[in-house]
Amino acid sequence: MSVDKNLKILIVDDFATMRKVIRNLLKQGGFENIVEAEDGAAALKVLKSQPVDFIISDWNMPNMSGLDLLKAVRADDELKALPFLMVTAEALKDNVVAAVSNYIVKPFTAEVLNEKIEKIVKSLAA
Amino acid sequence: MDVRFINPFLNGTVQVLKTMAFVEPKAGKPFLKKDSLARGDISGIIGLTGAARGSLALSFSEGCILRIVSNMLGEEIKTLNGDIKDAVGEITNMVSGAARKELETLGFNITAAIPTVVSGKDHSISHVLGGPSIIIPFEIPQGPFVVDICIGGVEGK
Repeated sequence: MSVDKNLKILIVDDFATMRKVIRNLLKQGGFENIVEAEDGAAALKVLKSQPVDFIISDWNMPNMSGLDLLKAVRADDELKALPFLMVTAEALKDNVVAAVSNYIVKPFTAEVLNEKIEKIVKSLAA
Repeated sequence: MDVRFINPFLNGTVQVLKTMAFVEPKAGKPFLKKDSLARGDISGIIGLTGAARGSLALSFSEGCILRIVSNMLGEEIKTLNGDIKDAVGEITNMVSGAARKELETLGFNITAAIPTVVSGKDHSISHVLGGPSIIIPFEIPQGPFVVDICIGGVEGK
């Protein structure tokens, strides 16, 4: 089974350039249905206003961090089943690993990112 | 300055630029820098604390950083704009993350602050420890960049 490339992906990162980099890497994997938010709070607004299939969020952000966004998503009945890929600059602690669908450590290639997405989507479909 | 702290930053720099920007930087001979003048047109600086204390700066020539960021974004960028500034901060952050991961395997737990970016001809780099710093020059076909690092172990850690 191949992953639906029309999957709507939300990229959350306070660095506009990093959002562009991730968008560029996703494009290489055939994913072009992408929305963006600059931090956790802006991401929650997007999630409440339109359907999203997948979240890719940076860990370290001002205003509302990736961890706080993850907690808010998991506490919301409508959002809690959403796949959540955390992007970090270092390995995560075990308690966080348990709550995210998967995580990816910067720097990463397009192949690694797209493999992670496919793995998460397939495990949810199984 | 403890040389054990230097290699992880070099490895991190090469790894980040290879993975995210598809360039293969070639390292030159390291030297000691006693002034605060940056060796590039735009620099990212990040403070480090924990088992070691100091700061790391990455200082890029214009041609070099334009190629790196154009590759990262998949679009040609021709001037040192906000995207470039943003990317230099992010690259500095990633290099520090990759280096800290390697240092952790050597038993040194180091945390990093938020990077700052400075640009302009002849801008200066203020290291947390004041200096001198070690410069490791690198080169890609579009121009040079340097890793400028000043770091020392903290007693008892």
